[in-house]
Amino acid sequence: MNEVAIIGAGVAGLTCACELVDRGIDISIYEQSERLGGTSCSWFAGGMLAPYCERDTAEHEVMQRGLVAAKWWQKHITEVIQKGSLVLALPRDRNELERLSRLGKQCRWVDQSQIEDIEPDLADFSGPGLLFPEEAHLNPRKALQDLANYLEMREISIQFDQAVRIEDLDAKIVLDCRGYHSHDTLPRLRGVKGEMMILRTRDLSLARPVRLLHPRQPIYMVPREDHQFMLGATLLENNERARFSVRSMLDLLNSAVLLSPSFGEAEIVESAADIRPAFDDNIPRLYRKHNVVFVNGLYRHGFLLGPSLAIQAAEAVLNPKQWQELPRCA
Amino acid sequence: MTMLELYGKSFESRLLLGTARYPSPSKLAEAVQASNTEIVTLSLRREAGGSHAGEKFWNLIKSLDVTILPNTAGCYSAREAVTTAQMARELFQTDWIKLEVIGDSESLHPDTAGLVEAARILNAEEFKVFPYTTEDLVVAEKLLHAGCEVLMPWGAPIGTARGLSNEYGLRTLRSRFETIPVIIDAGIGLPSHAARAMEIGYDAVLLNTAVARAEDPARMAEAFAEGIRGGRSAYLAGPMQPSDMPQTSTSLANKADLRE
Repeated sequence: MNEVAIIGAGVAGLTCACELVDRGIDISIYEQSERLGGTSCSWFAGGMLAPYCERDTAEHEVMQRGLVAAKWWQKHITEVIQKGSLVLALPRDRNELERLSRLGKQCRWVDQSQIEDIEPDLADFSGPGLLFPEEAHLNPRKALQDLANYLEMREISIQFDQAVRIEDLDAKIVLDCRGYHSHDTLPRLRGVKGEMMILRTRDLSLARPVRLLHPRQPIYMVPREDHQFMLGATLLENNERARFSVRSMLDLLNSAVLLSPSFGEAEIVESAADIRPAFDDNIPRLYRKHNVVFVNGLYRHGFLLGPSLAIQAAEAVLNPKQWQELPRCA
Repeated sequence: MTMLELYGKSFESRLLLGTARYPSPSKLAEAVQASNTEIVTLSLRREAGGSHAGEKFWNLIKSLDVTILPNTAGCYSAREAVTTAQMARELFQTDWIKLEVIGDSESLHPDTAGLVEAARILNAEEFKVFPYTTEDLVVAEKLLHAGCEVLMPWGAPIGTARGLSNEYGLRTLRSRFETIPVIIDAGIGLPSHAARAMEIGYDAVLLNTAVARAEDPARMAEAFAEGIRGGRSAYLAGPMQPSDMPQTSTSLANKADLRE
């Protein structure tokens, strides 16, 4: 019998698995799909470890809990790129940047010539910007694979194609990390739809994630290997796991071309829609029901807040006092 | 104090809130509660995807126990707006609709011709239409002719936080349609803007971004509610008129007599 069984090998399940293994706990981990990321919204994440930039839409707590992320990932995966984030806006939307600089704090203003020094291929962008030098990013798909390898090296393999039922598991404690799939037991969990694309072009390159603040369709563009860019993401209050709408695609691509006309010639490699699991306050948390802990509500912050939530989960598993204090499922 | 009367329903609060762009549904709920708002608008188009997929969010809003005023935000033609209004009626079981027909995607300026056309169709279908319009008197006249019993002129274009950018025009509109409820919708950035609208006799104020994007939305919503209450009271109290000449506010009767 394992001490802890984990259901779900998305970012929530894998960060919990690593955190428990690091603390010497014997675990097993089950994934319903046949491969990593098969039914997990983590697969479509941007992978920005950007606690300060997120203040544009997120609360202070998200920023604080995100501060541990970059270190955690560095310890567990092969590549965390620490080149900061660049946030831009058209001159007419300067007020959006002013708001973010007040909320996000760890940043400095950059003008057009400084933008050219930082990201030479954005030299033609005419607006002001903010550089957040302390932020980082990763490739979520590689990061999930790296975590699987990390576990593998410690002789734990993910058991794929296992749609297990909690009551059938032979473990002292179960961590339910199934994201939106747990909504039947977590009635306050809702889905927030997001649409994303992967573009490929050799016409420009970026060293770091670049965000464009825009009152209607803000975007981020995260550089990946092989001349690819992850373009994200819409934020729609519904739980539809599919259907990339024309309007969303127009909005995202319009903003992409505003950032640089070179994206106009890019190849669309992938487009996808999925939903993020979120509680009413968009803050992740743990809930307990008997011996099951639900690790959920990471919303759009799976990679940013996954580590902090996993640490919390591991502490609750190890520490009887914290275990007792976990909020119960309604 | 007199109540706000809209299509036969009475409200104490004269603040209407939009529900978009809050950091989370919890923050939205806090803002509504802190300000005692009784009417919230809800955009159908962007969130619904033509299905019931947005139900969880709607249920959250329904649980606030406020009157829901669905809107047709993001519609660019009368036809689109009419279809959206029909969907909203079915989904929210209400014949109230905030009618927006946008004419220009950059400035979000209302398409007033499309607005009048859509208002005519929806009124014929017995909707209770709240048209989002400009301060244009002739358009207002046509909307009333089309059957609307409320007018919602902008303070300034959506999301600009500029306050009442044509106060003269808005005063004219107010005095021209004395008996119609007129609500300032859009362009409000500060409680003082909202208070100003109330001081010049507007019946209510509808806003969204100024609260949703504030650092503390609940506190800002409360500040707006206070501004609106103050402005309304001032209007009812009959404000003094500006004068070119200073006038003493101290009575001269009991001044010290310094004569020898």
